[in-house]
Amino acid sequence: MMDLLNNLSIGFGVAFTLTNLLYAFGGALLGTLIGVLPGLGPVATIAMLLPSIYALDATPALIMLAGIYYGAQYGGSTTAILINVPGESSSVVTAIDGYQMARKGRAGAALAAAGLGSFFAGCVGTIIIAAFAPPLTELAFKFGPAEYFSLMVLGLIGAVVLASGSLIKAIAMILLGLLLGQINTDVISGVPRYSFDIPELTDGIGFVAIAMGVFGFGEIIANLGKPAEHREVFTKDVKGLWPTRQDFMNAFPAVLRGTALGSILGVLPGGGALLASFAAYTVEKKMRMSPGEVPFGQGNIRGVAGPESANNAGAQTSFIPMLTLGIPPNAVMALMVGAMTIKGIQPGPQVMTSNPELFWGLIASMWVGNAMLVILNLPLIGIWIKLLTVPYRFLFPAIMSFCCIGLYTLNNNAFDVYMGAGFAVVGYVFYKLGCEPAPLLLGFILGPMMEENLRRALLLSRGDWTTFATRPLSAGLLLAATLMIVVVMLPSIKKKRAEAFQEEA
Amino acid sequence: MKIKNQRDFWSGLMFIVIGIAFAWGATSYNFGSSARPGPAYFPFGLAVLMSLLGALLLFKSLTIETDDGEPIGAWAWKPLGVIVAAVAVFGWALPHLGMVIALPLLVIGAAMASDEFHWKDAVINAVVLTIGCWVIFIWGLKLTIPLWPTLFAR
Repeated sequence: MMDLLNNLSIGFGVAFTLTNLLYAFGGALLGTLIGVLPGLGPVATIAMLLPSIYALDATPALIMLAGIYYGAQYGGSTTAILINVPGESSSVVTAIDGYQMARKGRAGAALAAAGLGSFFAGCVGTIIIAAFAPPLTELAFKFGPAEYFSLMVLGLIGAVVLASGSLIKAIAMILLGLLLGQINTDVISGVPRYSFDIPELTDGIGFVAIAMGVFGFGEIIANLGKPAEHREVFTKDVKGLWPTRQDFMNAFPAVLRGTALGSILGVLPGGGALLASFAAYTVEKKMRMSPGEVPFGQGNIRGVAGPESANNAGAQTSFIPMLTLGIPPNAVMALMVGAMTIKGIQPGPQVMTSNPELFWGLIASMWVGNAMLVILNLPLIGIWIKLLTVPYRFLFPAIMSFCCIGLYTLNNNAFDVYMGAGFAVVGYVFYKLGCEPAPLLLGFILGPMMEENLRRALLLSRGDWTTFATRPLSAGLLLAATLMIVVVMLPSIKKKRAEAFQEEA
Repeated sequence: MKIKNQRDFWSGLMFIVIGIAFAWGATSYNFGSSARPGPAYFPFGLAVLMSLLGALLLFKSLTIETDDGEPIGAWAWKPLGVIVAAVAVFGWALPHLGMVIALPLLVIGAAMASDEFHWKDAVINAVVLTIGCWVIFIWGLKLTIPLWPTLFAR
């Protein structure tokens, strides 16, 4: 305990210097701006800024990069809520209920819930990193490829629970996403797959191209296809910028649950924040509804507060494997590791002892960065909402402009723009056929990781598939996934039966 | 035989066709064995599984009765064609004609997909967005986006 306080005081001593505060603020501001612009993700931004950190000291440089990371996370949920385009893979879930809230004139409440929930989760996450970084890394050591594979199966099944339509369709969409993720160069053998000799395809399809094509363009086409009066636009009467007392009462437990889930799942390398947000949504959906609450999928504030807290807590604790083991859990962290190496710091367990100022300063600046995001974003909520009153005929060309430029700047190449156009058609077809695209996106993101772990697990077990069931952790995860399917099936069976009985009567 | 659920019927068919295509594509790669999975191992398994689910969906759509047959409804051909074309044209125009021409083309072109299209609104929107995008992306974020047609650039 004394150690913890001692370490944190070193950290805050570093974080509260004027220059470091400025860099944290600059990073958070830049990150929010970038997160709000669909398509420009934190990965692209950090990659662009990497050369500029040569001039900076290691600590302010990393503090700024970390600020961009949270800022983008937050900005990504803003677009998810306002225009249903998740700026970040982890805000895919936020879009489900957040966008519905925005359409009902409650964008302010949704944004505030996301912001305050994230801030709370960020505070807790910071303390957790400081307190548990060493013991939590032990848990990650216990995870072999079989466990990772099972964990991802669980994560994907969790995503199925999200889709409100047919279970079979949702699972098929996951599989389609996994298959789209197979369009790449095979990691193990180096063979390009499904690339039709197109060089751009050997690197895989960009996540952004799919997200923008399906969610951005596809949605626009679907909206324009409806007569103007049925269009999915927002109600003009915006009911207050702030959540009501009832909102707080509903959202607070969700924030607590989301924070707990996110802190635990974030430690696991491999998309911790992403899994956390999905898991949190699943948990919230399974919780008992209080009387008079809006159903999920129609704008329940818990569906925003839970996943947002979880993904922020997960984003925080995902620093643990990076800082302690030097293993980057996601692309952003990989770039952070790159930034550390540029500054001559070898990431790994020794950072904590050899560069205590950097280590604890970074942790403290996470809290500072989160606090700044709240200060920065709460006053801006009014501006974001004003944005929604813009008539659709002005809004959709603007969305398209940002998306197209974002697509182009991904690789400074028109190829991604064409991919986006292609996925616009795909997205519209999905819409027409009643196939929900969110599970597809998740499958696509997890696909390559899942394959790698499956193949490694099989290599280790010499081709024995029972390895997934005999290793206790893996078996537990798979069991949980099976249970989830059973639970989801039950009410739908019940409902179908009820309908059948009604027809007979 | 009557299709009792249009949406499920066609999505089932879609999953089967795509699944078969991926499985067929996988046959040109090394399958390996369970002990040494090759590049075709995982996608082939996925594709087969997806086709099976598609078949299940197809079967359900032909057997289980729905209230209204879940019609797909009319296709919005005009917005679909216009939006996709606008994006594709932008992809070609940006590297060749620069943002100054490509972006107004995109904005005005896309606006034509809407049945509330007015020339005046679309032009105003195009001007505002082009300036806005210049400020944000080129001036602010210093991204390397071609601004002028390559004819004029040195």
